[in-house]
Amino acid sequence: MIKLIKQYRWTLVLLLMIGGLSLIDIDYGKSALSITWQNLVTIAGVLPPIFLLIGLLDVWVPKETMIRYMGDESGMKGLFFAFLLGAMAAGPLYVAFPIAALLLKKGARLAYVIFFLGTWMTAKIPLFLFEMTSLGVKFTLIHVSTMLVLYLIGALIIEKLINADEKALIVSRVSALT
Amino acid sequence: MVTTIIFYSVSLGLLGLSFLKDKKKTKMALKKAYIPFTKLLPALFPMIMFVGIMLTFISPELIGKVLGEESGIFGVMIAAVVGSVVFMPSFVAFNLGENLLANGAGYVQVGVLIATLMAVGITSIGIELKYFDKKMTILRNSMAFIASMIFAVILGVTM
Repeated sequence: MIKLIKQYRWTLVLLLMIGGLSLIDIDYGKSALSITWQNLVTIAGVLPPIFLLIGLLDVWVPKETMIRYMGDESGMKGLFFAFLLGAMAAGPLYVAFPIAALLLKKGARLAYVIFFLGTWMTAKIPLFLFEMTSLGVKFTLIHVSTMLVLYLIGALIIEKLINADEKALIVSRVSALT
Repeated sequence: MVTTIIFYSVSLGLLGLSFLKDKKKTKMALKKAYIPFTKLLPALFPMIMFVGIMLTFISPELIGKVLGEESGIFGVMIAAVVGSVVFMPSFVAFNLGENLLANGAGYVQVGVLIATLMAVGITSIGIELKYFDKKMTILRNSMAFIASMIFAVILGVTM
């Protein structure tokens, strides 16, 4: 029980904050709760199946396969799979972190994992179509293409900036989490 | 809604397939799905409640007023800060962008806002830090921020 309270202490703090806001103006509290609820519904729609997929991938995809497709020596193939994984995605960026963690644990190249996050952020296919209808084809094409190129460059730079020891540390950390 | 149905049916279908092939492995997969999920929740709940509080005060209408006509470089700066800090679902962001453009906001301001909203996550940094170390998180977010600004310049030149 105490462990649970300790684990969820920030949740309790935020609940108290919303409670405090409701005392100032009940409409603030109502609005905060209703937006929170909407987001919870969205999360419930994507997060459990994604974790289920992560669990299944973890058990069924051997490390050697991941290294072959997305490892240090996988070249263009790795880049392509990083893009494909990101583009087929759905859900907010924070859903992508546990997936990125699994990829790293299984031996994917760091730059590809960062590029996967970049693709997730800007080039998810369902969102791509939605962006075109809202903001126009030209805007969307410029947005998606420049961001993808910049993320790729950025991913390679970040990989250079993180040395082998630091990378090993990140991998052992994500391995403990998944 | 459609993505939810697809995600649930695909993952449950694969779960069934996995169960038929190997019960023991499937049990392990469920364990590997469940434990990290419960580890994420204590970081997730406060974040979305924080978003709820934030969006109560920073509404899309308010952002629209600040990024209105002729807000210039000041508008770009505001857009960058708001986009980095605020979190909203992408389709809400696109709608907001569309309305802003219709109300005379500049393409560059809207571009910066959309790009940083999608790529820079100060709000979800708690979750990012749970998975990656400080250095990588800072590098990734800075890279995303710089990329968003370069995109704005390109947009300013081409649109």
